[in-house]
Amino acid sequence: MSRIDFDVAHVLAGFLVLISFLELYQDRLYALLNVYAAHALVLAASVAWQAFLQDAPHLYVTAMIALVFKAIVIPVALHRIIVRLGIHRQIEKVVGVGTTMLAGMGLVALSMVVMLRVTQQAGPLAQEDLAFALSVVLLGLLMMVTRRNAVGQVVGFMSLENGLVLAATGARGMPLVVEISVAFSILIAFIVIGIFLFRIRERFDTVDVQVIDTFRGER
Amino acid sequence: MTFNAVTGVLVIPALAAALLATLPGYRLTARLNVLATALTLLCALSLFFGRPASGAYLLIDDLNGTFIVLTTFVGFTTSVFSASYIGHELEIGRLSPPFVRFYHAMYQVLMFAMNLALVANNIGLMWVAIELATLTTVLMVGIYRTHEALEAAWKYFILGSVGIALALFGTILVYMAARPVVGEGLDAMVWSVLVKHAGAFDPALLDLAFIFLLLGYGTKVGLAPLHAWLPDAHAEGPTPISAVLSGLLLNVALYALLRFKMLLAANAAALAPGPLMVTLGLLSLVFAAFMLYRRRDIKRLFAYSSIEHMGIITFAFGMGGPLANFAGLFHMTMHSLTKSAIFFAIGHVAQVKGTQRIADMGGLTESHPLLGWGLILGVVAIAGLPPLGIFMSEFLVVSSTFARAPLLAIVLVFGLLVAFGGLFLRLNSIAFGEPRGPTAKARASYVPMFAHLTLVLVAGIYMPPALVAWFQNVAGLLG
Repeated sequence: MSRIDFDVAHVLAGFLVLISFLELYQDRLYALLNVYAAHALVLAASVAWQAFLQDAPHLYVTAMIALVFKAIVIPVALHRIIVRLGIHRQIEKVVGVGTTMLAGMGLVALSMVVMLRVTQQAGPLAQEDLAFALSVVLLGLLMMVTRRNAVGQVVGFMSLENGLVLAATGARGMPLVVEISVAFSILIAFIVIGIFLFRIRERFDTVDVQVIDTFRGER
Repeated sequence: MTFNAVTGVLVIPALAAALLATLPGYRLTARLNVLATALTLLCALSLFFGRPASGAYLLIDDLNGTFIVLTTFVGFTTSVFSASYIGHELEIGRLSPPFVRFYHAMYQVLMFAMNLALVANNIGLMWVAIELATLTTVLMVGIYRTHEALEAAWKYFILGSVGIALALFGTILVYMAARPVVGEGLDAMVWSVLVKHAGAFDPALLDLAFIFLLLGYGTKVGLAPLHAWLPDAHAEGPTPISAVLSGLLLNVALYALLRFKMLLAANAAALAPGPLMVTLGLLSLVFAAFMLYRRRDIKRLFAYSSIEHMGIITFAFGMGGPLANFAGLFHMTMHSLTKSAIFFAIGHVAQVKGTQRIADMGGLTESHPLLGWGLILGVVAIAGLPPLGIFMSEFLVVSSTFARAPLLAIVLVFGLLVAFGGLFLRLNSIAFGEPRGPTAKARASYVPMFAHLTLVLVAGIYMPPALVAWFQNVAGLLG
């Protein structure tokens, strides 16, 4: 593998981690969606690059799904839902921005330490891809726990899933990648429809998860 | 693809789902639902007499054969119970006809997904099947469209999705570990190939993969501290779904974990998965045992009891060895049968009383003797009293643990006793005393409940040698 091939893959995966950080501190929903669209766009580029490197045409399908579905359809749909629900105000955060960013840096350091050591036999490209992918996954999880808003949580889940697709395409020759990315797209579509239905049926007055959370395990 | 028993357990539910989605009319669809599950059960039973060869996608061996028979059996009895339960819901207007049609189609999709997860030889396919099972149960949990049901479905959805995502990362890591040895492509995700070559895999990668798989599929098993979705999902969905969730879906997730545990066991340098499973199992047991005390909702009470028993089963499989594995398998079977029987009883009780609050139901043995005594028998069984089957399996777990790790056994017995107390505290007020709440006659289907309880009772008194030999064989496979 030539130097430039490796560098491009490296830059794209690194960008994905960087955009995950951008998502972490967005406190407006519109901005968050725009950043997520950029996340999906970079993912599409990264997957397409892997498809080219590995000479695996089926991965272009995954790249197209990322481009069309995740970077365009879902953000537009969520944008409309936000308008319909009238929740384009500030996102409340459970933890402050500074703390969240510090925690995010800790998670990235953790995934580098763990993955780079563990995947030494996997070859340099897959090794770095997996380390970045785990970072994106953990940052997505962090975002899910620091957001109270249902839309924010969904964006967190979707960026987590982008990390998984990055890992799956980085694992050279892995079968069923396309099927898995389709399965995930269905899952996400369900989530988005779910948010929409909750509101349509007028069951909740808010999409703020903390407000709908009445259970606390005991009634 | 030719038609045989393995494709049968997949094709029948899939076709039935398509059919039930198009047919109107509750009476017809409920019967078709029962018929489809009965046919699936027959297909599964025929696996005892001859089994088709395994391919790159589907696998059948003694281990998943046991799971499939259990799944299709409980699926069948639950569909019988579901017919009368859903009929009542339709009558009181809690469900509308389109939702009933949707419910029946989803029931078959769930059966398909669980069977697919069990027969899948490809670890990617297994993952997709478990995702499908999660999605269908999410839809069913939210089917009543009440505030609480939607909230429970949403919580289940988000937590289940995170679990599933982590499991996929683990699956990818397993592929990465296998690729240098097995080579690129499909073979490196085929479980039967993986287990043959597992000794040569990079142990560090395999360890990391198992951690992710344990967290991911462990969420679906309902192990503490990943259990938060489970009580809500059990309490708010239709009761047949609570029965299937507790009795089957948790087992299927555990089965996925067991397959990966076998991979790790085949690699001498990899970490031992046992201690991790033992820790999570004991944690779930003790935690859920204490949670039993302050429950006010009857379905929530037994949801926590499911966490407790999944903890015991995970603990037993974590201990490993022929005896503990045998006990784990036996306990899993007994728990599936007993817990679904309890949910059958509770479903009818909650319908008669119009509530799930424990405080609003009482004196069941007087107002509804059959339901009341059925429930008592179920609780006596689930609490682990002799001579029922769960006593035998818990006794086996405890005695095999005492022989190998007495300290762990003390924690185990402590948890069991705490849970015992919690269950009987509630049982007393539900079953005896002055009848409280409405005492209208129940039009219940008693057959599934008493069929399960009879099986549990018989298993506690006498196990046929053939069954013992079968379980011993499977326990040996698990290592």
